[in-house]
Amino acid sequence: MARAYVLLAWTWLRASFQYPASALIGLAVAMALYTLDVAAIWVIFGHTERLGGFTAHEVMFLYGTAGVSFGLADMLFGNVDRLGAQVRTGTFDTMLIRPVSPFVQMAVDRFTVTRFGRVLQAGVVLAIALPQLDLAWSRVWMVPVMIVCGLVIFTSVFAFGGAIQFLLTEAPEIANAFTYGGSQLTQYPMTVYGAELVRGVTFIMPLAFVNWQPALFVLDREDPLGLPHWLRFASPVAALAIALAAAALWRVGIRRYRSTGS
Amino acid sequence: MIELEGVGRSFTVRRRTGRLLRREKAVVHAVRDLSFSVAPGEFVGYLGPNGAGKSTTIKMMTGILTPTEGRLRVAGLDPSRRRTVLARRIGVVFGQRTTLWWDLPLRDSFELVRHLYKVDRNTFRQRLDELTELLELTSFLHTPVRQLSLGQRMRGDIAAALLHAPPVLVLDEPTIGLDVVSKAALRAFLSELNAERGTTVLLTTHDLGDVERLCNRVMVIDQGRLSFDGTVEDLRATAPDESSIEDVVARLYTGGGTAAAEPAQQLGSSVAQ
Repeated sequence: MARAYVLLAWTWLRASFQYPASALIGLAVAMALYTLDVAAIWVIFGHTERLGGFTAHEVMFLYGTAGVSFGLADMLFGNVDRLGAQVRTGTFDTMLIRPVSPFVQMAVDRFTVTRFGRVLQAGVVLAIALPQLDLAWSRVWMVPVMIVCGLVIFTSVFAFGGAIQFLLTEAPEIANAFTYGGSQLTQYPMTVYGAELVRGVTFIMPLAFVNWQPALFVLDREDPLGLPHWLRFASPVAALAIALAAAALWRVGIRRYRSTGS
Repeated sequence: MIELEGVGRSFTVRRRTGRLLRREKAVVHAVRDLSFSVAPGEFVGYLGPNGAGKSTTIKMMTGILTPTEGRLRVAGLDPSRRRTVLARRIGVVFGQRTTLWWDLPLRDSFELVRHLYKVDRNTFRQRLDELTELLELTSFLHTPVRQLSLGQRMRGDIAAALLHAPPVLVLDEPTIGLDVVSKAALRAFLSELNAERGTTVLLTTHDLGDVERLCNRVMVIDQGRLSFDGTVEDLRATAPDESSIEDVVARLYTGGGTAAAEPAQQLGSSVAQ
């Protein structure tokens, strides 16, 4: 499956480089846009020392980990939420007759260099923030774990968004509320949001496990909302649970796929 | 090679009614209680008027759609459950839609197909040479698919569907929109494929020339049910007073009652109505 992915991604990349200027400008524009995001953090910290009890570098750490997780998920699988368009035009049929998972084919479809934009930008932010935090090695190991868990969680959210479109072909907007909305949400400390929302993204849509809960461990903080201590190690479990649910929904979606006329 | 037993597919359609946000549910049966089997090496024409359920049947045979009733076996597999395994044993061509990669040169599409279907390099080269010659692909092998003419694209699609040497080939309206010369070339190719390789072929078409020249068996589907199953001669015999095959089929489509009933038992396949 990974082999098919790399193969298809490489083919699409090569095809996109038939117009190299367009591909590179796309990447530059994407990175510039995301950089404005970070500028917002600096603007906020120009006015305040702490945001929800967190320093600028800590917020950058939250932003960077969420951004890298989301960037990787979006780069590798984000295209799944364009499923509706493929279903409407009937091109999804052709993905079903090839000996490769349609999820992989959908994810890799039209892979371009632009997709690297967010992950590169978030990686830079994380690389700047990490050395400033002066973390102990006994806590740093959590960083790669949380990035992988975040990747799985965001990928599952994308898969949910795609699967919904088997049933409602006009639903990408609903799906985007959770994917891109979720990415925005995890960029800041959860303490800036209301407690109800945080409970929601902890126990219903487990976005708090992308970076918030494990970050409390990495940064050695008490949970400002007083949730149990063990939750900060629960990210892999949350990631696994949402991934299984998403896979199940995707399968249901494929079985209920209706194709188009002709 | 292909077996259908009481296969049906229905769609739930929601219609808007007068009142705001109120919708009415209706069940549409695209295909119902369809049973037939196709033996290895047969060349079957699958006919029917627009909207009769031809494409729905093909989509179920290729695993794109999951049937709502009945049992289906293609190359020994349940298509919708073993879709990716089946893909290696079946070739599928949609006349109205390419399965090639739109922005890639034809040759690159073939190379991708080789990797995805895990065809080894030597076998691939040999088959590609063969197909290139038979389908005359040489002049546009390096052209992006989107720039190909319909006839060229169709030949490319067929080559791509055969690179992994599937024992079954399913074609949905392969000659649609092709000129006389392209059509003739394609027919010659398909007929040879069936005769020499023993590839089982099932095709849908509205061109009865395809049927007359290629098919040793014809099935007609109408309103989701099989209304005829037999040889081309049997088909003609349903309306001996009609001179052209077009008229014979037109009578079948418009429901010339007696025509449908008689030859129904020909190949021992079950027939509705």
